[in-house]
Amino acid sequence: MKFQISNFKFQIIFLFISSFFLFLVDNAHAMHISEGILPFNWALFWSVIAVPFVAWGLYKLKKLSAIDLSFKPLVGLMAAVVFIISCMPIPVPTAGTCSHPCGTGISGILVGPAISILITAVALLIQALFLAHGGLTTWGADIVSMGVMGSFAGYLTFKALRSIKINLAVSGFMAGLFADWATYFTTSVELASGIKGDSEFMPLFWKILIAFIPTQLPLGILEGAMTAGMVILLYKKRPDLLVKMRVLKAEEAAI
Amino acid sequence: MRFQISNFKFQILNLKSQIPRLLLFCTSAALFLCLTAAAFAEETKEPKWPGVDESVVEKYAKEHGREAREPFINTDQGDLLLFVFLLAGTAGGFIAGYYWKELMANRKQQRTNGNI
Repeated sequence: MKFQISNFKFQIIFLFISSFFLFLVDNAHAMHISEGILPFNWALFWSVIAVPFVAWGLYKLKKLSAIDLSFKPLVGLMAAVVFIISCMPIPVPTAGTCSHPCGTGISGILVGPAISILITAVALLIQALFLAHGGLTTWGADIVSMGVMGSFAGYLTFKALRSIKINLAVSGFMAGLFADWATYFTTSVELASGIKGDSEFMPLFWKILIAFIPTQLPLGILEGAMTAGMVILLYKKRPDLLVKMRVLKAEEAAI
Repeated sequence: MRFQISNFKFQILNLKSQIPRLLLFCTSAALFLCLTAAAFAEETKEPKWPGVDESVVEKYAKEHGREAREPFINTDQGDLLLFVFLLAGTAGGFIAGYYWKELMANRKQQRTNGNI
């Protein structure tokens, strides 16, 4: 009855997921705000907001790596996961469109929001430079929506639910769900504020947010399931790691 | 018969332990549904399965006089994008696999050394 996935099976699942988006490469675009969409002042504004968070991530990474070297593989894994997931367009049959999950829910839970923001910034930079996905001028805005808001939403949701003794799977699911929705909520704010011109902010914001719903509602659920699955998988395989990362208390883990 | 009923009861009582399996099943089912939907979609002249950046972000930006600019390094040309995505997927997959193996190997080593 125990839920266990062998390394081999996990690698097969991973290969399946990472090869999946290759079939959809013609429509390999999603939430990232494309190059040139935001006016210069707004692009600069979001970049200025993103900078301290990225610096905080760098500081935390340096500090934690100096204390514990075993932290490195988890950060490496999370960086790869965020990169793959955030450029993996998934078709949503109910909406007839494609979009991608963000992966910041799981990274926020496992490595904390600071380092999650940093790895998201790196993933977004590579995508903007080489995958025609997002943009350099909109990099700051994309970091704020996906990195900052996604990571914090995932991390805080998980912590809040765990503090009231909600089980690990449900907490992980809700964290993934809210990380995804928070990202698209913030994208709507960024886009509406950037393109509104003389028109009013709120009607445009709602229009954009509502347009995201048919795609992001089911995708958020998928991201929730993926996040819960990864948390449970790590709980079964490396509960000691979850304790070390302060995801679980020692007494909660069956070490 | 008795055995079957008690087994069923056992499964109901242990429903909590089934949550991870259920989540994995839901994720696989959603991915399968998406894949089959994409594979059997009808050919139309309009672009199929547009990303939300086209159907939402760029659409509303265009309505308000903002248009997306060509990326600084434009890989969105023919099969070049296919190639860079293949490269990115392969690299990302290998890195994830490598670190996953390292995380699991550490665990095995700790077990072997009797630390756990």
